[in-house]
Amino acid sequence: MNLLSQSVLRAAEGTEIPVVAPDAGAGGVFDLLWLVIALPLLGAFLLLGVAPFLKGSLKEAVDKHGHLLGTATSVASFVLSLVLFVSLLGRGEEERQIGQQLWTWFETATISVGMDLLYDPLAALFLLLITGVGSLIHVYAIGYMEHDPRRRRFFGYLNLFVAAMLTLILSANFVGLFLGWEGVGLASYLLIGFWQHKPSAAAAAKKAFVINRVGDIGLSLAIALMFATFGTTDFAAVSEVAGEADQGTLNALGLLLLLGACGKSAQVPLQAWLLDAMEGPTPVSALIHAATMVTAGVYLVVRSNFIYELTPVAQTAVVVVATVTLLWGAILGCAKDDIKKALAGSTMSQIGYMMLAAGLGPAGYPYAIFHLLTHGFFKANMFLGAGSVMHGMNDDVDMRHYGALRKAMPVTFLTFAMGYLAIIGFPGFSGFWSKDRIIETALAENLFVGLLALLGAGITAFYMTRLMLMTFFTEKRWAKDVHPHESPKVMTFPLIVLAALSVLGGVLLLGDWIKKWLEPVTGTVEHHEPPLPAIVITLIITAVVAIGVAAAWFLVGRREIPREAPQDVSFATRAARADLYGDAINDAVVVRPGASLVGGLATFDRVGVDGAVEGGSAAVGGLSSTLRRVQNGFVRSYALSLLAGALLVVLALLAVNLG
Amino acid sequence: MTQYIVLSAILFTIGCVGVLTRRNAIVVFMCVELMLNACNLAFVAFAKQHGNLDGQITAFFVMVVAAAEVVIGLAIIMTIFRTRRSASVDDASLLKY
Repeated sequence: MNLLSQSVLRAAEGTEIPVVAPDAGAGGVFDLLWLVIALPLLGAFLLLGVAPFLKGSLKEAVDKHGHLLGTATSVASFVLSLVLFVSLLGRGEEERQIGQQLWTWFETATISVGMDLLYDPLAALFLLLITGVGSLIHVYAIGYMEHDPRRRRFFGYLNLFVAAMLTLILSANFVGLFLGWEGVGLASYLLIGFWQHKPSAAAAAKKAFVINRVGDIGLSLAIALMFATFGTTDFAAVSEVAGEADQGTLNALGLLLLLGACGKSAQVPLQAWLLDAMEGPTPVSALIHAATMVTAGVYLVVRSNFIYELTPVAQTAVVVVATVTLLWGAILGCAKDDIKKALAGSTMSQIGYMMLAAGLGPAGYPYAIFHLLTHGFFKANMFLGAGSVMHGMNDDVDMRHYGALRKAMPVTFLTFAMGYLAIIGFPGFSGFWSKDRIIETALAENLFVGLLALLGAGITAFYMTRLMLMTFFTEKRWAKDVHPHESPKVMTFPLIVLAALSVLGGVLLLGDWIKKWLEPVTGTVEHHEPPLPAIVITLIITAVVAIGVAAAWFLVGRREIPREAPQDVSFATRAARADLYGDAINDAVVVRPGASLVGGLATFDRVGVDGAVEGGSAAVGGLSSTLRRVQNGFVRSYALSLLAGALLVVLALLAVNLG
Repeated sequence: MTQYIVLSAILFTIGCVGVLTRRNAIVVFMCVELMLNACNLAFVAFAKQHGNLDGQITAFFVMVVAAAEVVIGLAIIMTIFRTRRSASVDDASLLKY
């Protein structure tokens, strides 16, 4: 532990933290920045807000063709992002931060929060990823959701998600970021539970929402702390004055932001929701729970670099969380028979890699974003491929019922294979470049963490090969009435595009382009030489990956795979099948103590509070029913009490006057 | 002076005891009048002693109020007697808990 923090501290020295200084008067196409968010938001509004109130044939037409509107807004947003990106490329390196102030959101005597946008190299890459992959997944979903009666609503939710995610990315302050953050949480909830008639989907949606709330508390407390300390949450202002805050505040800020990132990005200890989130339709898993939303935590850490650079404690925490998660997710991926859950474990693990890179400081930020992009391509590709497989297998997700699908679904197989080669880091593919750089940087910063990341790469190769073998190779284990077939073109087209991107994603690294591109955001850093020459490290990583692939071949590929999961398995397998007891831990640490606490409070309320209140009222009631007997209806007794009262008054007067 | 006060006290006490002990509404009413007039006597006596007219004026007020009270009170007693054939105050005891 000591070793770790020392190393991270070293990284923080000699670093120039760039100040966010957006140029508000860029003009030109940049004035249309707001439109990137507004387009999908309009789509969501029309599909969710207006369509339900239509009547007759108009409503039928909207229900029938609403998906085209949803896809069109997303594609339009992508085109605009592309234009913006090209325009940004055309500007000098110093002028690549563009601000747009829309309106004042709310204002009090001491604070003022504007609806401001910030478009910089980091946001530009995210915009392309979200709208690009998002549009492809919209197209795919046209085919995937073809027979769903609620397809219009599905596309409305997807548009809502895209709009919220873009708000998250483009906001120029933490409050606006939080707005998008909650928006994607809502969209995620709605889409995980889209098939709400299934109790498991409804429960998964609720679980994701509740666990995300825990993370959101971290983020909202961080925002409150920023208001208290700096009086503002604008990236520009905070990055300027962050250095003046005391160390304790900075540590707290870093850790609270990390808590938020853990919730959204399914990092240990808030990881339990991601595997259950696979209950949602597969395009949702691909878009939200693989390519974009779950990477918001990485974005948050990279965006808050001006805070993390000042707090080695929080940076160390990021590295620890990331390392644990990347192994945790990888181990889960090894034991799952559900193809989507195996991929979800893999997602968790890959986000662990990104977080790890982000925790390593300016040396790692560009590679975190690089891996985020390549992962966005190949994981979306594989999720959509898995969806295509499920489509052909009557929505069966159990890989033990697959086998030998490469002939039945050639396009799906080939595109999936590209994603597979990318994720395990086959030389030349996109994942090879991004993961290689992360492990290299980790080794240079800290040997122990680097070795664990290397181990993770081996496990990744193992579980992905296992998935590949069980699905596309080995012998047929299909159920009787299943006739696998290739998916329609509208589904295979996005697969092909994403497969191409998975292969070619590495070009972003040509001449260290992405590093230079992100330099205005992430800052420059003195380079630490890794303990070995880079080429040797690359060879070692490739060797570890080869060992993982070979292990999968010997343990899975050569043997007969039973259709039912064997029960007499080792403790490790059982643990991994049970999500490494993540749910059990949550249950024991949070749920059951919480339930006992609430039970105790309920008992106190019933016995203590209710007892006191009801006892008091019963006493008053009893006393008054006794007292009302005095009203007996006899005039003479009233007269007597009148006399007694008068005598009393007289006596009192006498006592006062004479006494 | 003392005689007036003593007479007033005696009259008041008689009235008081009458109100408390008698059942006939008319008699109770007469006793109330007795008490009022006992008070009047005391007022007038004190007015005489102090040499001003405050007590006398008050006595007039009491008489006016008593006259009004008699009108309403007798009317009520008449109505009750007509419906119940009884003028006993103990019989009219329905207005209770």
